[in-house]
Amino acid sequence: MFEKIKRFFGFGKKQTAEAEANPEKPKDDKSSQQEVGKVADKPKIGYFHLSGCTGDGIALTENYDILAELLTNMVDIVYGQTLVDVWYDDENNPYAIDDMPEMDLALVEGSVCLQDEHSLHELKKLREKAGLVCAYGSCAMNGCFTRFSKGGQQAQPKHESFVPIADLIKVDLAIPGCPVSPEIVAKSVVALINGDMDYLQPMLDMAACSSNCGCDLQTNIVNKALCTGCGTCAMACQTRAIKMLEGRPEVNKDRCIKCGVCNTHCPRSWFPEDRIKQDLGL
Amino acid sequence: MVLGTYKEAISARATDKAIQNVAQDGGIVTALLSYALEEKIIEGAVVAGPGEEEWKPEPLVAMTPEELISAAGTKYTFSPNVWMLKEAVRQYGLEKVGTVGIPCQLMGIRKMQSYPFGTRFIADKLALIVGIFCMENFPRASLETFVDEKMNSSLESVEKMDIGMGKFIVNTQDDELNIPLKETHGYEQAGCNVCKDYTAELADVSTGSVGSPAGWSTVLTRTDTGASIFKDAVDAGIIETKSMDDVKPGLGLLEKLSTSKKDKSQKEIDKRRDMGLPVPF
Repeated sequence: MFEKIKRFFGFGKKQTAEAEANPEKPKDDKSSQQEVGKVADKPKIGYFHLSGCTGDGIALTENYDILAELLTNMVDIVYGQTLVDVWYDDENNPYAIDDMPEMDLALVEGSVCLQDEHSLHELKKLREKAGLVCAYGSCAMNGCFTRFSKGGQQAQPKHESFVPIADLIKVDLAIPGCPVSPEIVAKSVVALINGDMDYLQPMLDMAACSSNCGCDLQTNIVNKALCTGCGTCAMACQTRAIKMLEGRPEVNKDRCIKCGVCNTHCPRSWFPEDRIKQDLGL
Repeated sequence: MVLGTYKEAISARATDKAIQNVAQDGGIVTALLSYALEEKIIEGAVVAGPGEEEWKPEPLVAMTPEELISAAGTKYTFSPNVWMLKEAVRQYGLEKVGTVGIPCQLMGIRKMQSYPFGTRFIADKLALIVGIFCMENFPRASLETFVDEKMNSSLESVEKMDIGMGKFIVNTQDDELNIPLKETHGYEQAGCNVCKDYTAELADVSTGSVGSPAGWSTVLTRTDTGASIFKDAVDAGIIETKSMDDVKPGLGLLEKLSTSKKDKSQKEIDKRRDMGLPVPF
């Protein structure tokens, strides 16, 4: 299975074999330095965890057998609580935020809570430090299920208002999913490393979209005379909120978490014909 | 290219009498998926199986050639097979899945494979995708109108439907009834009117009746996977073939219909754009 994924992503055979042979190559190892040298422009990536469930972070790490290669030789993770233990802690070190490193890409997981000063501060700062800001996962992109929050709960009853990060800062690209799939993470990172902006274009186009839910299928697709009843939305729905009835999607609003994956996957919302043909060799 | 990218165009039919007896035309979909099942190229296939009501197909995860045969024949209405692919991978635990779909369904599948935003490890499980030629699809209620109202028969009694020679034809136990195809226009779903794909251009292997004589199908092999499975099925004697040059009406008719679908949909796309409506193509 992973062999196939690797082929999908165009990982070099040699590189992969090396990674498998020496999965825990120490950083100061000489050969490792040479390898690093081969990838001259290793992108610097920061991982920011706002109000999300860590599902998207887990999805990234679920690329198990390419993860070591990815983290060791293909990218530099320069900021991130879980991945590299580098993060801003305003209670214990209020000045650390100013030391936030420059980075090529900030992956932001989770929506932002308007009552959480820490998150607001971190978000503003990362916009200054990052070349590209990616709303990583549906919570960051459009609020997803944090849209249902009304506060009044532990651990902080005041935390009530959760908004997509694009409401507060300019977002450059968005990767919806609740969680995002491990494959889309790997494909996107590889595209970034290869400078394949064509692949990322749909995600750039989606950056401005900060509202999304199953209702979109009705308003954007069915109401626009575009639905053909193919069933892709129902397959893509991660909470199985969608059934096909008489060839049209029927969204169970009690199950819909507003992640927007149905609309994103619909072949009639946008269609990457050239990329598909390239991937198929057609 | 008016037929999409393909390696080979060939006229073919299943050699198995059991398939020929239930097939819409050459039985290529059933034969190919059966072959793939028996050769363990796939572990199951999502097909348009019989539903609870007549002419209301439901996607079925077929695990045996018998189940595939139960789903043979064209349905002319919706069977959201793509929906069931997740079921095949998750509930049935299949590592290698085959399926059959019309062009719009293949667009959803292929988009998911290139951009798997929310689909975890489904893209890499799809081992064989057979596409069928498609001009348009009908809501079931439209089929009711054709059969119950225009032909004064009943949908429940229909055993086979077909489109050919400018007619929409149904076979009941005793009768063959038809209406001019013209009379079905306006009853197809609106989403079909912007589709430019007649020959399932994103399939591994595409097939349909147009171009080949009765009882045979025209086959276009497209991807390396599709071409190799088709060739193996032919070598194994599951499928017999004839050159397209030797059959009537031949590839010209397929090209003509494909061109007409592209031209017609482009007009509709332009018209919708003029109205400010979105079209993804």
